[in-house]
Amino acid sequence: MSLYKVTIDTIEIEVEPGTTILNAARRIGGKVVPPTMCFYSKLKGSGGKCRSCLVKVAQSSEKDPRPMPKLVASCSTPVQDGMVVENITSPEVVEARKAIVEFLLINHPLDCPVCDQAGECDLQNLTYEHGLSSQRYEEERITFERIDIGEKIQLHMNRCILCYRCVYVADQITGKRVHGVLYRGDHAEISTYVSNVIENDFSGNIIDVCPVGALTDKTFRFKSRVWFTKPMNAHRNCSKCAGEVVLWESGEDILRVTGRKDQYGELEHFICNECRFEKKKTSDWIIEGPRKIKHSSVISQNNYEYINPAENNDGNLGIT
Amino acid sequence: MQSLTNRSKVVSDKKMTFMEKIYLPAIIKGMMITITHFFSKKTTISYPEETRPFSPVYRGMHVLKRDDIGRERCTACGLCAVACPAEAITMIAAERKAGEENLYREEKYASSYEINMLRCIFCGDCEEACPKEAIFLTNRIVEAGYQREPFIFTKNELVEPLDPAKRIDVSKRQTKAVLEFKKNGNLPHNK
Repeated sequence: MSLYKVTIDTIEIEVEPGTTILNAARRIGGKVVPPTMCFYSKLKGSGGKCRSCLVKVAQSSEKDPRPMPKLVASCSTPVQDGMVVENITSPEVVEARKAIVEFLLINHPLDCPVCDQAGECDLQNLTYEHGLSSQRYEEERITFERIDIGEKIQLHMNRCILCYRCVYVADQITGKRVHGVLYRGDHAEISTYVSNVIENDFSGNIIDVCPVGALTDKTFRFKSRVWFTKPMNAHRNCSKCAGEVVLWESGEDILRVTGRKDQYGELEHFICNECRFEKKKTSDWIIEGPRKIKHSSVISQNNYEYINPAENNDGNLGIT
Repeated sequence: MQSLTNRSKVVSDKKMTFMEKIYLPAIIKGMMITITHFFSKKTTISYPEETRPFSPVYRGMHVLKRDDIGRERCTACGLCAVACPAEAITMIAAERKAGEENLYREEKYASSYEINMLRCIFCGDCEEACPKEAIFLTNRIVEAGYQREPFIFTKNELVEPLDPAKRIDVSKRQTKAVLEFKKNGNLPHNK
């Protein structure tokens, strides 16, 4: 099987047939990688919902050099041999992405000062990097009541961008589906049947996969802002999961426990609810050391690790 | 040795003339300068009976604003604290309970908000960072003191009084663009 040659933003790379444009771009890395809000490499079937990874295909393949008629979602479009893709080099894509951000924010309440996700929110990063600072939408936003999904998880449907990641987690990780999307279009909402609260050991991962503040940890609600807490890598012997987590500490207290996220904001391991919600004492964990957070993230504010931050900044926001 | 600058003067010990010897002209010349200062405008004022006019954007003691119906605007988002170069601001957030809607504007509020005035450098970055128009610097002066403890200002000192007559006017500190923005009642920020 021969490799396919793809050109993304003038950078050439050879990938296996069947690779998506997004994964090919991730192989290159850096600024070439399109942003993702719904695609999650660890969740089968995810992607294609948020449209923030749209790219322009200037040449479909070696044999058929015509450009694709519309911008395509890079997370769900497989590469072809000789494909030429334009991401940040195409003004059309840059413009489309601004529109996507505006579209995602139509019903978003912009309550970042209240939201616990602020500071590590993918939507904030996307807006900051690719969006406009103004909005044309003037109508009333759709509002929902807060819903408790179990004792430990809270759903703020107002903030949801309907990426379906949590639904895929419920489908694929927890096995038993008690959590899904009701209604259609702008009435769509993530919901659960309150009577069968999600009791699966891995249900807490829907908090970590949520790119916005729609699903948040109730035990951390309004405790602190993420940039006031110190992230520490830690592990413990857990019979259910890998037990490798990040502790978010303030002084001696562990305010919350999350999984470790890679440079694309995806979990390295899904962690169990016992690790996430029950083990809130330093003595429960073996602490490895402070977690490296990208210098561009607000979480590393006032951490003067580098003498020259520009040299250690890869230009992306968010958590590494 | 060659001098480094051309300004050095060669000292001579030549004999003084008669006029120089009696010193009187030099004394009169000096006294004239002194006397003209008696009648010139004084550069000092007798503070605190008199105060100098303040610029409307003077950066003095902070105020935590309430909105028109007396609810605290601060939602403890922590942006002022993260913007503060002196790390003078600390806060603890709490959730608004049912029945407290007339006290706090948002569902989260600052149950404790402290500014260490000894650390504060009055740069105004907190005011700049605030997304809720809650914190402003005012033209009030932080008074001197002998103890360190009272310089940690809590909500008691910072939140403006509920009485509409005693509210602290900060409208002069807001730019035209902000005042124009506030007129749009459709925006959730202004509700």
